Formats: sequence, C-alpha cells, structure tokens
Amino acid sequence: MTDLDLSALWVSVQLATTTVLVLLLVGTPLAWWLAHTRSPFKPAVEALVALPIVLPPTVLGFYILIALGPHGPLGQLMQLNLAFTFTGLVIASAFYSMPFVIQPLQGAFEAAGKAPLEAAWSLRASQWDAFLTVISPIALRGYISAIVLGFAHTMGEFGVVLMVGGSIPGQTRVLSTTVFEHVEAMEYGQAHALSAFLLIFSFVVLLTVYILNRRFPIHAS
Amino acid sequence: MSRLVAQFDVRYPTFHLRLDLDIPTSGITVLFGPSGSGKTTLLRCLAGLERAPYGFMQFGDTVWQDETTGRYLPLQTRPIGYVFQEPRLFPHYNVRSNLLYGYNRIRRDTRRIAIDQVVEILGIGPLLERRTHRLSGGEQQRVAIGRALLTSPSLLLLDEPLASLDIQRKQEILPFIHRLHHELAIPVIYVSHAISEILQLADRLVLLKDGSLMGVGTLNEMLTSLQFRGSFGSHRVGAVLDAKIVGHEPQYGLTQLDFSGQRLLVPLQPSAIGQPVRVHILSSDVSLVIGRSTLPTSVLNVLEATVQEIREISQSSVEVLLDIGAPLIAGITRKSLMTLGIKPGDSVFAYIKTVALNEEVTD
Repeated sequence: MTDLDLSALWVSVQLATTTVLVLLLVGTPLAWWLAHTRSPFKPAVEALVALPIVLPPTVLGFYILIALGPHGPLGQLMQLNLAFTFTGLVIASAFYSMPFVIQPLQGAFEAAGKAPLEAAWSLRASQWDAFLTVISPIALRGYISAIVLGFAHTMGEFGVVLMVGGSIPGQTRVLSTTVFEHVEAMEYGQAHALSAFLLIFSFVVLLTVYILNRRFPIHAS
Repeated sequence: MSRLVAQFDVRYPTFHLRLDLDIPTSGITVLFGPSGSGKTTLLRCLAGLERAPYGFMQFGDTVWQDETTGRYLPLQTRPIGYVFQEPRLFPHYNVRSNLLYGYNRIRRDTRRIAIDQVVEILGIGPLLERRTHRLSGGEQQRVAIGRALLTSPSLLLLDEPLASLDIQRKQEILPFIHRLHHELAIPVIYVSHAISEILQLADRLVLLKDGSLMGVGTLNEMLTSLQFRGSFGSHRVGAVLDAKIVGHEPQYGLTQLDFSGQRLLVPLQPSAIGQPVRVHILSSDVSLVIGRSTLPTSVLNVLEATVQEIREISQSSVEVLLDIGAPLIAGITRKSLMTLGIKPGDSVFAYIKTVALNEEVTD
C-alpha cells in the first residue's frame, strides 16, 4: 500500500469508529423508545430509520450535502460549511449506517422485554442502574451486532462519502473512494490490493458477528 | 393494629378495577378470584408497578400514593419484596449475584434479613455458585423469593409464584413460604386461584371478581360463609382450623391436637409438641348427635358445638353452621334435620370422621 492508501485506511477507521460511537449514543434511547412505545408514530419512525437501506446512497448524500452546505439548515445552524469536511462525513455516515445500529438494538430491547426491568426496579435499582446492570448485559448480543455492523457498513460506504465528503486525501478520502480513484487512474494493481483488503475485512467482520452470537447466547430466564 | 388501606380506580380496554380495601398488615393475605378478576392488577397497583390514575394507598403510617395531592412513591422507593409468576432471575448473574442484587442496593442499617438466614430457610445453599438457567423451575422460584427477601421488605407481594410449577414442586415451596412468614414476621400478600394453596397458607382472604371486591375476612369466615360458598367450588365446603400439637400417641400412630380447649386426634405428625397444625374438615365428614352418646363409637373426634345457622342447600340437603370456638359446617340431609329437630342456639356434638391435614389437600 502507498502512503495515500494508508492515510485512506486511517480516515476510514476514524470515520467508522466515530460514527458508531455517535450512533450508540443517539441510537440507544431511540431504539429503546421504538422497542417500548405505543405511540401511533412508531411505524413512521421505523420507516425513517430503515430508509437508508433502500435509498440510493447518492440520493441520501445529495440531501445531506444540501443540508450541510452553507445555505442548508444545518450549515445555517452551525454557522459553518460542513460539506467536504470530516465532521460532515460523520454526520452523513451516521444517517447512512443508522438502521444497522438501531435495528439490532431495538430487537435486543424488544427481546429483553420489560420483565427484567420490573424485577430490577422491585429490587431498588433506579432507571439508570437497571438499564446498565440488567438490560445492557441481556442486550449484549444486540450491542455486538450493532457495533460490528455499524462499523463495517461505514467502512464500506461509497456513494454518500463521495457526495458529501468528496475525496480529499487525508481528510475525506476513505478506502472505498480510493479504490475508485485507483481504477479511474488505471492503477489496477493497487485497486486489486485495496479491494481484496476490504473483501477479507468484511468477511472476517461478519464471521466474528456470527461466532460471537453463538458464543454468547443469552439464556432467557 | 397497623393497616393497609387502598383505593384504586383504573380502566383498561377490557377491564375495570375499582375497589376499596382495608386490611391488617399482619399475616398472609391471599387475593383470590377467577382469572381476569384483577388479582394481579391489584397486586401491581399495591407495588407501584401500575399507577392507578385515581388511587390512594397507605401502608401503616406511610402514604405511598395519593392522587389528590399527586403523591406517588415509585416502586424503587417502596419497602416491598415482589415475586413474579415467572422467576425473572437475571440470566447474566449466578445465583449468589441474583440474591445480592437488591441486598447491595439497600442501606446497610436497613438490612434486617441476613443472607445465611435466607439461604437456610429456602434451602438454596448448594445452588449459590450455579448459573440460573441450570436450575429447575422450583429452584429458580426459591431464588427469586430469596432475592426479594434480601431487600428486608416490610411487605412481601407474591403473584402466583407457584403457578408454573407442578404439584411436587409446589409442595416443595409452600412450606418455605409458611416458614419465612413465621420466622421473619413479614406480612405477605399472595395472589392465587388454587384452593389448595389458600387452605395451606391463608390467614385472610380477599375475594375478587370482575375487578371488584366481593368480600374480605379470615379464611374460616370466608370458607364457612354462605354468601361466598360458590366461590370455592361446592365439593370442598368445609372449615379450616388452626390447632396446636399437645401430645403424641405413637403406640396408636396418632397425634393429639388442641383447638379452643377441644381435642382432635390426627395421624401421627413429625412436628414437636407446641407446633401449630392446620386441619381441614369437609362438611360431608361431619355428623351431628344430640347429647354425647354413652355407646362406644369408632369415631375418635367428637367436638362440642352450638348450632349457629341452618341453610337450605337443596331439596334433600342442608348445611348446619356450628360454633366450636370457630365456625364449622356439617352437611346433613333434610330428613336428618327433621329427626334431630335442632334449631339455632341448640347444643350438639359433632362427630368428625376425617380430619384432613394440610399436606393432604390437593386441587
């Protein structure tokens, strides 16, 4: 790998890590709400969360680009241009990878149900205490799936990155866009190397998820 | 005497709980009624698992809920122990950590119940280091009871804790509930629809139907009351007497019980003299005689009784409510009633053919 390739790998890893952290912080309460709400808005919110799965990345990237730009709502709010920056890329990736974090968490919270929570409350645990000591461990598999899938999906994104981040070396050029650049420049050897790396990485990540799911079965009651 | 006062009015799509309850905070109170009568909902309202929009609840001197002032103590702050129908043990902890979960969360100076004591009463010593999913249903439920007890609760609430267990497991747990109540002196509210559990455990019955209170009274008052007789299934009308062991006759395989100064003989009991024993006498096992017969009889148990009330049951049968220091029912034929010519206030002798002991009563 060239220095440029390595810097792209580094940007990719930073982006995926930051995106997953942001999504866990924002996604946990949202997934909890979705798992337990009886609100009539639940299906609408679920559909919104799932939207990035079906939407072409260019469409999602286009809207985020508009929103982040100096004249967009987010750009106006923060008084700066987030388009073509790393921060803008994190925001875009968070939307793009949202379903891959929220859905496993929601599933895990639904599977855990209210029963262990009520038991913890009756044993004097506060809401936070009960969530941290009872629900989180029971939902551990959901968290592992959410982290691994969110990370891997962010590593593999291309369309949204290109729309929102451009491909600025060291800032917004990530692995997937680097492959594209190599192919554009007819550097097939380097494209091969990077592609093989992403292929093997993705396989290993998914394999890890499935092995962990077998290793840590949660025994319900 | 300290009392528990509760008024709840809460509507669900298919069900309306509305009642006004006032009971002493001592002993074992069983909430009894058919499924859908609101037993569990009432227990959840008492615990603070459900908040009745119109509600008042006072336990002893402390108001836990008063919606007129907006006062509502959340579940976490109420001094209760709650045991659910399913054990709800935490799967990621072993038995010991489950037991200590609540214990570690109460203030040191409020810990009245020790771990060793609970482990001993519930017989869960060998299980402490085990993972919860390796336990049988009965073992899991015992751990769940222990976990609740270790919060040193002022009130223990049990929601059909034996419902999911087979008869053998039930018989394994019932004595523990009895023991913990007597040894730890914690008032218990117990939800059940099984008559056998009631006969063994209850000091007091709260009868529910369709979300309303049908009646409250001591177990024997309720069992012998004509008004509630249909609620328990006609085949088990009878009386429950709390007697005390006063002597053993091992040569005959018998144990003497004392009840309000009267003697009862039952099959030999393993318990020591002075221990309480609860017996169940079915109305069909009680015959009446006027004046103590001088002729020898094979019936061992003859009690002096006063006729309280005579109730028509059918064209051929009547029930005679007797006072033997507590209510007792004799089921006799209308023809026998005519022959005896008894009326309320008369003295009679009750010949009791069979005295069933607690453990023998099944559903």
